[in-house]
Amino acid sequence: MSVAELEKIFQDKIDADGRIEPKDWMPEKYRQNLIRQISQHAHSEIVGMLPEGNWISRAPSLKRKLILLAKVQDEAGHGLYLYSAAETLGISRDEMTEQLLNGKAKYSSIFNYPTLTWADMGAIGWLVDGAAIMNQVPLCRTSYGPYSRAMIRVCKEESFHQRQGFEALLVLSKGSDDQRAMVQDAIDRWWWPSLMMFGPTDDASPNSQLSMKWKIKRFSNDELRQRFVDMIAEQVKLLGMTLPDPDLKWNEERKHYDFGAINWEEFWNVVSGNGPCNTQRLAARQKAWDEGAWVREAAVAHAEKRKSRRAVEAA
Amino acid sequence: MNQLFEYTLHLADNALILGQRNAEWCGHGPVLEQDIAITNISLDLVGAARNLYALAAETYNGLSDADKGAVAALLPRPWKSFNRALQEDDLAFLREERQYRNVLLAELPKGDWAFTVLRQFFLSVFQYQQYKALQQSTDASLAAIAEKSLKEVAYHQRWSGEWVIRLGDGTDESRRRIEAALELLAPYTGELFRMADFESAAFTVDPAILREAWEEKINAVFAEAGLSMPQSTWHQSGGKKGIHSEHLGYLLTEMQYLQRTYLNETW
Repeated sequence: MSVAELEKIFQDKIDADGRIEPKDWMPEKYRQNLIRQISQHAHSEIVGMLPEGNWISRAPSLKRKLILLAKVQDEAGHGLYLYSAAETLGISRDEMTEQLLNGKAKYSSIFNYPTLTWADMGAIGWLVDGAAIMNQVPLCRTSYGPYSRAMIRVCKEESFHQRQGFEALLVLSKGSDDQRAMVQDAIDRWWWPSLMMFGPTDDASPNSQLSMKWKIKRFSNDELRQRFVDMIAEQVKLLGMTLPDPDLKWNEERKHYDFGAINWEEFWNVVSGNGPCNTQRLAARQKAWDEGAWVREAAVAHAEKRKSRRAVEAA
Repeated sequence: MNQLFEYTLHLADNALILGQRNAEWCGHGPVLEQDIAITNISLDLVGAARNLYALAAETYNGLSDADKGAVAALLPRPWKSFNRALQEDDLAFLREERQYRNVLLAELPKGDWAFTVLRQFFLSVFQYQQYKALQQSTDASLAAIAEKSLKEVAYHQRWSGEWVIRLGDGTDESRRRIEAALELLAPYTGELFRMADFESAAFTVDPAILREAWEEKINAVFAEAGLSMPQSTWHQSGGKKGIHSEHLGYLLTEMQYLQRTYLNETW
């Protein structure tokens, strides 16, 4: 079959909302595009463990410590599902880790911001996981089968995290003046970076068009960002807090909230390595990787010894 | 009944402090699957601690005034001005190091992966025997917590034992590291079996009687790992009496910071 015929079968399947599976023929660019997106997503889960992990030792109650530990552990689990999904495209987890550490692969820039108070744990759950879910729910129907199945599991847990984050803020918002101030401060710091999580505006998003054609992506960055603003602008009222945007107001004609301009200069700076924690986050991953090397080697060596001992016994 | 209060605190402190130490690995483990596993163990331990602190608080709140007076030295100082019943978080977040009753083994800094898994193994094998015996405790609440935790501890024991074998029978480096960890940790194992005053009541388990089963399990795993227990006779102790290492104060300072900064708030 010619490449043109294979491409037609491939695109027909996608247009009919079918799923592409690992053994199916696919254009090389589709494969590369997916590896880029899935590994970036997996790395985001793993690097994303760090800002929240920063508060595990200081969580203010046993209940909150348990919730936070379980949440960060879930993120490790998401990383695992996603690395496995990417591995079906012919790249190993070690290769992906290398690309993260040498800067070739990216992770979500939001994790380059510091977590400064306990309320940041709630704000991350509510805003950051909330934005992530907006991005991720459509991915449950993405055209690549293993990715879509991984995302179904991820989304179930993420929406649980978002509710937990909101609940943590709700408790604080009903607490003392100090606690309420802590919540408002956290919202003020996390709001704009959360909006940036949807990526550049549609006219400045280089990978978007092809991703839409291949149904890797199903909604544009701006569409999803608008949905997020509409949702949060309502929810923030339940907390008795405000969003740090003087231009935020309901537009009756559009039936959407209007919102102010995003600081894209800050966004591109953080993406390119100048965020407050870029160096620190990568250094933490590098340290875990380097210090874990002897452990991984020992596990492999032991497994091989056992295997050869068993072979001797069997002979 | 005031012995029940202190004994329950001791069990809870062991679980919490070890859980807090293990949680330091979360996000920093040597490989993703093991990051998840050690966090799981941390979750189990903090969860068990929570049940035990809740029981300790309930026990205290039900004591007669005379019995309350007998345990006054164990109560969190800031709580005394709250004018409300004692709660689990008061016990975890507002007691000082001299009031903590965990064994020293639990509070030592996490060290490398060899140190972490070997410490876990020593304590999990002990907790397994202790909880198994506590299922027969004359105190029904304690027996119920022991029964629930036993399933979890059985997994901790298996997981950590497998890692001890893997590192002992892995590479030269892993062997060197597990041997170094053993040398550091062995002197802290004796305290596990030394009976404290609060371990002599009818509902408690005399730790000395757990020693034989503990040694048997340790030796079986060590045989596979090619390790043997050092024959030293000197053992560190003091944790059960509130005489701790210098490490505990820092762990508590970090863990308790929010509760001490914002007194008596809801989180």
